Amino acid sequence: MLSLVNLDKHFGALHVTDNVSLDLHPGECHALIGPNGAGKTTLIQQISGTLQPDSGQILFNGTDITALPPHRRAQAGLGRTFQITSILPEFTVLENVALAVQATQGSSFRFLRSVTGEWRINKRAYDCLALFNLADRANRPASALSHGEKRLLELAIAIAGEPKALLLDEPMAGMGKEESATLTDTLLTLKRDYPILLVEHDMDAVFALADRVSVLVYGQIVASGTPDEVRANPQARAAYLGEEAC
Amino acid sequence: MRGANLAALVIFVLLAATPWLAEFWGGSYLTSLVMKAMILGIAALSLDLLIGHAGMVSFGHAAFVGIGAYTTGIMITEGAPNLAHILPMTIAIAAAFALITGAISLRTSGVYFIMITLAFGQMVFFTMSSLSDYGGDDGLTLWERADAFGTGLFDSDTGLFYTILATLITVTLLLRRLIGSRFGRVLRAAKQNPTRVESMGYSVFAYRLTAYVIAGIIAALAGVLFANQAEFVSPATAAWQRSGDLIIMVVLGGMGLRHGALFGALAIVLLEEGLSTLTHDWRLIFGPMLVLMVLYTKGGIAGLLEKRGET
Ligand SMILES: Nc1ncnc2c1ncn2[C@@H]1O[C@H](COP(=O)(O)OP(=O)(O)O)[C@@H](O)[C@H]1O
Ligand SMILES: [Mg+2]
Repeated sequence: MLSLVNLDKHFGALHVTDNVSLDLHPGECHALIGPNGAGKTTLIQQISGTLQPDSGQILFNGTDITALPPHRRAQAGLGRTFQITSILPEFTVLENVALAVQATQGSSFRFLRSVTGEWRINKRAYDCLALFNLADRANRPASALSHGEKRLLELAIAIAGEPKALLLDEPMAGMGKEESATLTDTLLTLKRDYPILLVEHDMDAVFALADRVSVLVYGQIVASGTPDEVRANPQARAAYLGEEAC
Repeated sequence: MRGANLAALVIFVLLAATPWLAEFWGGSYLTSLVMKAMILGIAALSLDLLIGHAGMVSFGHAAFVGIGAYTTGIMITEGAPNLAHILPMTIAIAAAFALITGAISLRTSGVYFIMITLAFGQMVFFTMSSLSDYGGDDGLTLWERADAFGTGLFDSDTGLFYTILATLITVTLLLRRLIGSRFGRVLRAAKQNPTRVESMGYSVFAYRLTAYVIAGIIAALAGVLFANQAEFVSPATAAWQRSGDLIIMVVLGGMGLRHGALFGALAIVLLEEGLSTLTHDWRLIFGPMLVLMVLYTKGGIAGLLEKRGET
């Protein structure tokens, strides 16, 4: 449903995306792993539209979205989370999610009616928060959440937009072992409803969640296959998994 | 009741009583001073929509006041003094100017946005200075006020006064609703984190441009009132110094805080007036006072009042 076709991007002399082709199929979780600086975040940004590739195509549900701005891609159904936590710090937790819900509930060029009274939006926002056990935090300012809770809020925001596919950039970043394990369970349930392109360093999470794994090194995909195949692939081990072993 | 709301209520009551108070003290001087303050309050409120709620620091907002004032002045001079014609014309010109200059300015952000809005504002200023048929640099004296839909409302100072007050109250209420609406929420969110808001599916550009147009129209309406109150329009109305004054009012009053811009406008006009009767060099006192107030009253006047209201 999501296809990257021969994507290429340079930052000056740095070839950060080197002829990358990659697919995300309906119902699957495709993990993208690789060392720091491999170009994973840059790739996510090209898919979500915050960066433009030099060449290549991005197809989503059969249409070419390469030229669309980020908000149009989001409208088309691409939900994302950010590696560096990106929330609305001055809003309450509920309002963060409600804004994402609002985008799915008709035009927001409505100027006079109070939005806090729109129960339909609030109800759906609460439901999304409940998925991540954040409902009791609903009326806190988002800035007052713990780091782990903010990571969950990111996910709640993404889900609230009713995406057709999710791009998750290191959702476990900065989380403790226990929090990661809980989040892995949550993602396992989400996986049933949303195809996920997952960038993650936590190998336990990757092998628990992924149906397929691609390994990115210096902008190139050096290995791709089922988790077992990738685990057995010497190039992938050398490039990435080896780091974990030592 | 929250401090700022209470203060605003007191202020609105005092404003409403001004024409009556003026009979005992201050006379028509007081009423015209207060009218000026209210008009600036309307313009400052509209600027606060941009600065306080959308994070767009426009340094050319006085241009819109100038557009409203000149549209009024020129139409009265040309024999089309009815508000039924002046208002739609003002709104159309202000909206068109805001759409075009906003669409260009919003390609930038931060300091560049400030600079480019300043440049567009100056463009208006110089255009007005070059209207030699309408007074050029010297400005244009109006020999009559606009015709308020045939009611004669503007024939008396009192009628004009209450029209201005009613506009001020309407704009206050309207903007408050706007801030709390779907549209306002998107705008406030984009001020905090535009990338996040884009990734939720909103075109931040479109929302900001709409806000820019709305604020421009309101400021232009303040300009219409200003022309009628002063019975005189000049390029100075649109000068960058006036844009700077409006920013100071917004900051001093409390950016994005309820009634902040109104408090700021009243405070500046009254301070200016009070200090200038004390000494000729009032700016020497005024400048440092402003700096101190901005430094030590985080959240401006409205911020102070809110804190008091809570305790
Ligand atoms: N905007 C940018 N300009 C220049 N270089 C960048 C930019 N963003 C990222 N890079 C560089 O591109 C490389 C890949 O970065 P990134 O995609 O963040 O890697 P990863 O997410 O795989 O750790 C890094 O070397 C980084 O320094
Ligand atoms: Mg990264």
